Amino acid sequence: MNPSPMPVSAVGANALRTITLEVFRFRPEQDPLPSWQTYQVPCREEWVVLDALNYIKDHLDGSLSYRWSCHMAVCGSCGMMINGKPILSCKAFVRDFPDHIRVEPLGNLTVIRDLVVKQERLLANLSAVKSWLIPKTPAAADEPYRQTPVQLDQYRHLSMCINCLLCYAACPQVALNEGYLGPAALALAHRYNLDSRDGGTFERMQATASADGIWECSFVGECSEVCPKHVDPAGAIQQMKLASSLDWFARRLGLGERS
Amino acid sequence: MQTFHADVIIVGAGGAGLSAGIAVAEQDPSLRVALVSKVYPMRSHTVAAEGGAAAVIRAPDTLEDHFRDTVSGGDWLCDQDAVDLFVAEAPKALTRLEHWGCPWSRAEDGRVQVRSFGGMKNERTWFAADKSGFHILHTLFQTSQRFPSIQRFDEVYALDLLVAEGAVGGLTGLSMQTGEAMVLLAPSVIIATGGAGRVFPFTTNGAIKTGDGMAMAYRAGVALKDIEFMQYHPTGLPGTGILITEGARGEGGILVNKDGYRYLQDYNLGPPDPWPRRKAMEMGPRDRLSQAFWHEQKKGRTIKTSAGDDVVHLDIRKLGEKFIDERLPMVRELSRAYVGVDPVVAPIPVRPVVHYTMGGIDTNIDTATDLAGLYAAGECACVSINGANRLGSNSLTEILVFGTRAGLQAADRARSQVDRPATNWDAQIQASFGKVSGLMARTAGNESIVGLRGQLHGLMEGAAGIYREDAPLRAACAEIAGLRRRYRELAISDHSKVFNTQLFQALELGAMLEIGEAMVHSALARRESRGAHQRLDFPQRDDVQFLHHSIARSGGQDAPSIEHKPVNISRWPPGERVYGGAAK
Amino acid sequence: MSSSVYTPKLPRWWWLHHAGYRRYMVRELSCIPIGVFAVMLIVGCWRLEQGPESWQAFRAALATPLALVWQLIALAFAVYHSITWFALAPRTMPLRIGARRLPASWIAGAHYLAWAVLSLLVLRIVGG
Repeated sequence: MNPSPMPVSAVGANALRTITLEVFRFRPEQDPLPSWQTYQVPCREEWVVLDALNYIKDHLDGSLSYRWSCHMAVCGSCGMMINGKPILSCKAFVRDFPDHIRVEPLGNLTVIRDLVVKQERLLANLSAVKSWLIPKTPAAADEPYRQTPVQLDQYRHLSMCINCLLCYAACPQVALNEGYLGPAALALAHRYNLDSRDGGTFERMQATASADGIWECSFVGECSEVCPKHVDPAGAIQQMKLASSLDWFARRLGLGERS
Repeated sequence: MQTFHADVIIVGAGGAGLSAGIAVAEQDPSLRVALVSKVYPMRSHTVAAEGGAAAVIRAPDTLEDHFRDTVSGGDWLCDQDAVDLFVAEAPKALTRLEHWGCPWSRAEDGRVQVRSFGGMKNERTWFAADKSGFHILHTLFQTSQRFPSIQRFDEVYALDLLVAEGAVGGLTGLSMQTGEAMVLLAPSVIIATGGAGRVFPFTTNGAIKTGDGMAMAYRAGVALKDIEFMQYHPTGLPGTGILITEGARGEGGILVNKDGYRYLQDYNLGPPDPWPRRKAMEMGPRDRLSQAFWHEQKKGRTIKTSAGDDVVHLDIRKLGEKFIDERLPMVRELSRAYVGVDPVVAPIPVRPVVHYTMGGIDTNIDTATDLAGLYAAGECACVSINGANRLGSNSLTEILVFGTRAGLQAADRARSQVDRPATNWDAQIQASFGKVSGLMARTAGNESIVGLRGQLHGLMEGAAGIYREDAPLRAACAEIAGLRRRYRELAISDHSKVFNTQLFQALELGAMLEIGEAMVHSALARRESRGAHQRLDFPQRDDVQFLHHSIARSGGQDAPSIEHKPVNISRWPPGERVYGGAAK
Repeated sequence: MSSSVYTPKLPRWWWLHHAGYRRYMVRELSCIPIGVFAVMLIVGCWRLEQGPESWQAFRAALATPLALVWQLIALAFAVYHSITWFALAPRTMPLRIGARRLPASWIAGAHYLAWAVLSLLVLRIVGG
C-alpha cells in the first residue's frame, strides 16, 4: 500500500538510517547454487523490511524477486526469514532490528528463486484435511444458522490463519517429514471441528489422525510463537490429539464414533 | 507452450472470481473451470476489506431503503434495475456464505449482527469483527476446494484475450514460476481482477491491484464505463495508506481538525450529535467526507505529522478498550503497528486515500460485456450499482452477488457452445507472446519502470484527485500519451524466465498507463461535479447534459474515445443527495 | 521446462539454533532420566518382593553419592518437564464454564494443585 519507496531525495534526509541488507539470492538460470548479496539502504523511521526490499527493487537491483501485496499483514504473501526468524516482512519494522539485517526465504520450503518459495504443499494439505464446512444439519434455504458469540469464540482464533507459512518455516517436523500436513492445515481442520455448524470431525480425522497428521507433531511449539495472527496451531494440534485418543478409546469400548 | 481446454475461464481468484467458480461448479459439475490468478487465491485483495457487507436482514430495514441509499449514494449514476437486483440478491448471497462457514459476528441469541455504515439509513452491514473481507475470502477459497471441477492456475499472469468473430475464445498467459507460455481456451471467460487503485500513488490498494484485467478487456475492444470515478476513503493512515475501517466511525468514532473541532458540521453534514446519527457527520458518504478534508487542508486546519503529511484525527477513545478489542481489533492492531498510536488512549491520524474504482469493464445487468462470452464481476466491472460514489459495504456484497451471477451466465453459455467449430488462434497467440519477447529482448532503453510509474502517479494525483479541473486534466491527457509512447521503449534488466517479477511489473505498468489514460480522458469529458468526480470549474451536477455513463474505448496506441450511454432510471428520478440532520 | 529449485536441508544441529528449540530438546531429553528412574522404581519393587535383605541392599545402593546425584538430575528433569507441560496445559485443554473461558492460570494452577495433592498422598503412603 505504500507508494513505491521514494528515492533518497524524497525521503527526508533527517529521518534516514542506512542499513545493510544481506539478501539470499538464488537465480537458477544463472547459478545452480544460492549466494548472498548485500545492499545499503537508506531507511525512514517508519519503514518495514519490505519497504527496504522495495527500495532495492526500484533503485538498486531490479532483479531481486519476492512476493508482496497488501502491506498490512493480512494477505500472507511476504513471509521471510529475517535474522533467522520467520516473520512477515511488512510487519518487521526496521527500527526493531540492528543495522545489519539478513533476509532469507522462508525455511523448510523449496526455493523457486531469491525469496520466493513453493507454497503448493500448504495448498495441497488444506484440501487433504477438508478445511471447509461439512454441515452437521442441512441449512435452511434462506435462513442463516444460529451461532452464539460463545460458540463463535470456540473457533474464532483458529479462523484467523492467513496461510502465510511462517509456521511451516518454524516447524522442524515440516522439514523432517515431507508428508507432514503441518501446523496451518491442521489448525484450520480444527477450526472447522470446533465450529458449531460443522459435523465433519470424523471425516477429517482420516487425514488429521493419519501417520502424517497430528501424531507427527512433537509439540516444539515454535509455530505458535511465530504466528502473526496468534492462531496457536500447536495448541490446536494437542487438542486434536486428545480428541483423537478419546475417539479411539470410545470405539474400543464399543461406544461408537464420536464426531 | 502449453494449451488447456476448459468450459469457463475465470481470471482473478478473489471474492468475485471464487464466487463465480463455485457457482459454475454447483450448477454443473461436468463443466471444467480454469481459475487463473497472478497470486494464490488467499492473497487477493478482497482479504484487506475490513468493515463488512451490506444486505437487508430484518426490520426496520427494507430493500427499498437499501435501494435508495445506494442510488442516492451513487448520485443517481447507478443503473436502477441493477441496484434492484443487487439488493434483492444480497441477503441470499450473505446467507449462502454463512452456510459455508463464514464467522459473521453474532448477537447473543445467535443471529447475525449488523452495524451501520456511512450513508445508510438503517443498520445493514454484516461483519466478521473488522476482518470481514479476510473471512469472506478465506471462506470462499476453502469452500472452493470442495469442487474437483475447479482447476486452479495459481501464479499465472493473464496477458491477452483471444477474440474471433465478436466472441471471446480464451486467453494467453504466462506461468510466473517458470516463465512458460500458456494458452487457455474456453467459450466463456470471466474477468474478476479487481480495481486499479495502484494507478494512484497513495492508495489502500495492494500491490497487485494494477488494473490488468480491465486493461485486457479494454485492449480487446470492450469499453470502460465511468472509469473517471475513483473513491477516496476518508480515513487512511498517513505514510502507508492503510485503511481504518468505516466501522470505527459507525461504532461512534469522530473526526476532528487541529482545533479538536468536528469540522464536518461546516459541510452540510451536521448536527454534531455526540452519538452516530445515520447519514450525518462521520456517517456521511465517503465522497463528502474526503472533500471536506480537502477544504480543511486548504483552510490550514489540518494537522501536520512529523513526516510532513496533513492529517485530521479519528478519535475512538470514548468506545473504551474492551469494546475496541471486541469490535475493532484490527483498527487497534494497525494503528499501533503502523503509526505508533494506541487508539484506546490517543486519536488516530488519518487522511483521505484512494480506495475504490467505481468504474470498470462495461457490463449489463447479467455481467455480460458486449464481447460475446466475456463477463466481468467485482471491482473490475461496472454493472453499475456504484454510480458516482460507492456506498460503504456494498462492494463485498457486490463481489458475491455478481460473481455468482457471472458464473451462472458463463456456465449457460459454455453449455450452449459445445459444438462450436475450432478456431485457429495462432496469429493472435504469436502476437501476444511477441509483445513479451520483445520486452524481454530489449536490452537498451532509457526508460525505467520506477521512472514511468512515478510520473504516472504524479499526473494522476495532480489532475485526477479529489478535485479536478480542465487545464490539469488536459495536460495529463497529453503527458500520459507521452508516457505510453515512452513505455514502448522500456527495457528491463532481468531477462530470466523463473519468477521474473520485474517483467510482471513492466506488464502491470502497461495496464496502469492504459487505465490512467482512460481515467483522465473520461474525467475531462465529464464537465460537471457528481459524487467522487468533483470539478472546480463545474461545481454543480448537471443532469441535463451528464446524467449518462461515460464509455471509454481504447484507441489502441492513440487516445481513447469517450462516448455516452444512458443510465437506467427505472423508478427513482434524480433528486438531491441529502445528508446530515435533514436526511431521512 | 521446469528449472532447478533449491531445497534447503535441515542442519543436523538445527535444535541449537534458537532458545525455543533448545528448551524443546531439553524437554524431549528429559524422557531419558525420567525413564531410567522409572526402571529403578520397578527394580525396587522387584527387590522388595525378594525379601528384607534385598530391599535393604537396594536402599543402600540408592544412598550412594553417585545414585543421589543421579536422582537429583532425574528430579530436575522431572520438574522441568512438569512445569513446561503444565504451562502448555491451558492450550491443550481450554475449558470454559458457561460463557466464560477459564483463565489459563486457573488451568495450570489446577495441575499444580493436583501435583501437590498426589505428592502428599504418596508421601503419606510411603512415609506413614
